Amino acid sequence: MPSQSAFSFVLVGVGGQGTLLASNILAEVGLAAGFDVKKSEVHGMAQRGGSVASHVRWDKEKVFSPLVGLGEADVLLSFEKMEALRFARFLRRGGTAVVNDMAIVPVTVSSGTSVYPGDEHLTRVFGALDARLVMVPGETLAQDAGNVKAANVVLLGAVSRLLPFPEEAWWACIAQRVPKKFLELNRVAFAAGRAAVSVGTRA
Amino acid sequence: MKRMLSGNEAIARGAWEAGVHLAAAYPGTPSTEILEELSRFPHVYCEWSTNEKVAVDVAVGAAYAGRRAIATMKHVGLNVAADSFFYASFTGAEAGLVIVSADDPGMHSSQNEQDNRRFAQFARVPCLEPSDSQECKDFTIAAFDLSEKFDTPVLLRTTTRTNHSSTPVELGERADVAPRRKKFPRDPAKYVMIPANARARHPLVEQRVLDLAAWAEKTPLNRIEWRDRAIGIVTAGIAYQYAREVLPAASVLKLGMVYPVPERLIRAFAAGVERLIVLEELDPVLEQEIRLLGIACEGKSIFPLCGELDPTVVRRAAAAAGLAVDRPPVGAAALDLPELPARPPVLCAGCPHRGVFQLLSKKKVPVAGDIGCYTLGLLPPLSAIHSCGCMGAGIGVAHGAAKAGIGERMVAVIGDSTFYHTGLPALANVAYNRSNVLTIILDNRTTAMTGHQSNPGTGLTLQHQDTGVIELEPLVRALGIRRVATVDSYDVAGLEKAYKELMAHDEPAVLVARRECALLPEIRKRWVALEVVEEACTGCGICFRIGCPAILKSEEMDAKSGKPLALIDADACTGCEVCAQVCPHDAILTRDQMREAREHQPASCSTPLDGGN
Repeated sequence: MPSQSAFSFVLVGVGGQGTLLASNILAEVGLAAGFDVKKSEVHGMAQRGGSVASHVRWDKEKVFSPLVGLGEADVLLSFEKMEALRFARFLRRGGTAVVNDMAIVPVTVSSGTSVYPGDEHLTRVFGALDARLVMVPGETLAQDAGNVKAANVVLLGAVSRLLPFPEEAWWACIAQRVPKKFLELNRVAFAAGRAAVSVGTRA
Repeated sequence: MKRMLSGNEAIARGAWEAGVHLAAAYPGTPSTEILEELSRFPHVYCEWSTNEKVAVDVAVGAAYAGRRAIATMKHVGLNVAADSFFYASFTGAEAGLVIVSADDPGMHSSQNEQDNRRFAQFARVPCLEPSDSQECKDFTIAAFDLSEKFDTPVLLRTTTRTNHSSTPVELGERADVAPRRKKFPRDPAKYVMIPANARARHPLVEQRVLDLAAWAEKTPLNRIEWRDRAIGIVTAGIAYQYAREVLPAASVLKLGMVYPVPERLIRAFAAGVERLIVLEELDPVLEQEIRLLGIACEGKSIFPLCGELDPTVVRRAAAAAGLAVDRPPVGAAALDLPELPARPPVLCAGCPHRGVFQLLSKKKVPVAGDIGCYTLGLLPPLSAIHSCGCMGAGIGVAHGAAKAGIGERMVAVIGDSTFYHTGLPALANVAYNRSNVLTIILDNRTTAMTGHQSNPGTGLTLQHQDTGVIELEPLVRALGIRRVATVDSYDVAGLEKAYKELMAHDEPAVLVARRECALLPEIRKRWVALEVVEEACTGCGICFRIGCPAILKSEEMDAKSGKPLALIDADACTGCEVCAQVCPHDAILTRDQMREAREHQPASCSTPLDGGN
């Protein structure tokens, strides 16, 4: 999608996973690249282990709605596998789903009343959308970089690979938002995320 | 220089740039971050007041004293503060007075949805409604000027989507606004609302509305954007963004001031378009105003009355009404998704409220709940809350049921911050009128639901000043309640013992269940994950019934029963030991047992234990 003049992103996950930091960085990158930008988050009770979502929109001219409509997201970035399915309807036909390869089992499953969906549904659902599905082992790559909590930066690295800006443009925005002593760790995590897209795609 | 600011950050910035002297609020989603942000700026006194009514009175007092003041709250907070909002409309003030109401269409974190533009009409107070963060800042500044120009409070009405969206904002400097008075005004005709004075004020208030309506014709807050004249959209707030997104060709009358409305501007716009449509979230406030002018329009016949708007909702509704939308609306069906397990919010692992709800669930007593994290005690498997209406309601509801002769012993549960907010007068009522309600104050030493704000029990103010702690037990005893007990919320046996003792007497009683919220930063440092002894676990499932998200079903089955064993998620467990206490087989190691076990093991097991229980 290199020549596009507008991009819409939907970032989803579970409360406490760091979707907020990722969406803040994504907004800053767009602003730095000369886009008009809007970002919207869901707060409130969702923080108590519920599903969370943020929307980020960039437009060379003007962004009106801060919310992305159904079927409009160019990129769905999911920090958790089942949430990718829950929010799949936001992805446009032919868009890209970047999905962290990890499951957070909700109480409804651990208490035995529901079943966690298998990975085959990801392939099928995003296949039906003619979407590219990129699975990223975020926690594993973050652990290798030195801290499992950098998984959100790994995932941003993966998303950065899909967009027509130099790595440094991203890195400048990330560096502003992470503590100095974790800079190197995050740089490794970001690079690992970028590498994961070219090597680890399934679609 | 433009910066990405949330609507809430932008309102705080606007208040600061407008030279605000004082800000007061009670936390409530989606408004909380306004005061959190403003409290970090210099030269502004900011406080968490005990409730929204108090916050408005505090702001009114500052404005009477000639200092610009702002009070911020969520929509239902203005219900609490309504009495003060109305008298302030009658009195006006000596300096700018702005009330922010953050409405929550869609009820992301609220017990109802209501359109507080109605409050502006009701109290004859002008209402501004921003549609992005730049306007949040600009309109806040405009609100202070408007307040002083017309001697009126101004309502700044926002919605969750503007509060919690971030858009680029041009920053400005703080205006040098000097206090307008040296002394508190001695002007009883204006500020003492006895009937004789209030009668004289009312016509002035009604004239003020007319003057404001005339001003509304000229202000740049209201503007017409002429495009294709086939369709004309009247809109305000976030709905303006959806109108521009979905109906880009249409002409738009954007109202920045939604009360009072500019009659001549609306007539001119209506006359210039073929089809006049009002796009607004929640109530048909503008639609009714326009109809009252005798102008035909459409609105709620096209767009939904309930819930939050978004581009998808607006596009579907507009397309169904035959309007030319930007792109065809997307159907919801096509995807063929599997059934996805719900991910409801739950009481966190280590939540100190769990032990209390475990007890109440076991006792099968009727429980009147209140507003806070602990409302989640309603969820299975605990299922231990049976009513929840609004802040401070539970104690009164329990008292009413008891006095009506329900025959069951009523229990009320209320958090510490909610107790200080509106629980206190209700408990005074229980004490005064003598019902046998057992009130359990769930004291987690913070206002947890909205993100750990300080309150009168924390010993700290919003701007980090040390202050006295309002101790619950002496306070409750001073009301005349003799049966008062305090128990550590993690002490399962202790809770039950105190409960039994208090319930043994037919009189008002209070149980203070005290333990800090497990998510407080200094408490997180003391988390220790517990472990299940697989040999001892029988798969009986009793620990599953406390609804802790850190207790999972293992893939290992008990050989005898064939049921799954318990498994503790080491990343989530905080080591509260409630599960260990309810386990009848001692199959979950306590912190002490974990330490003992570690001491008898080689050094390779390196989980740090600090024993900070």
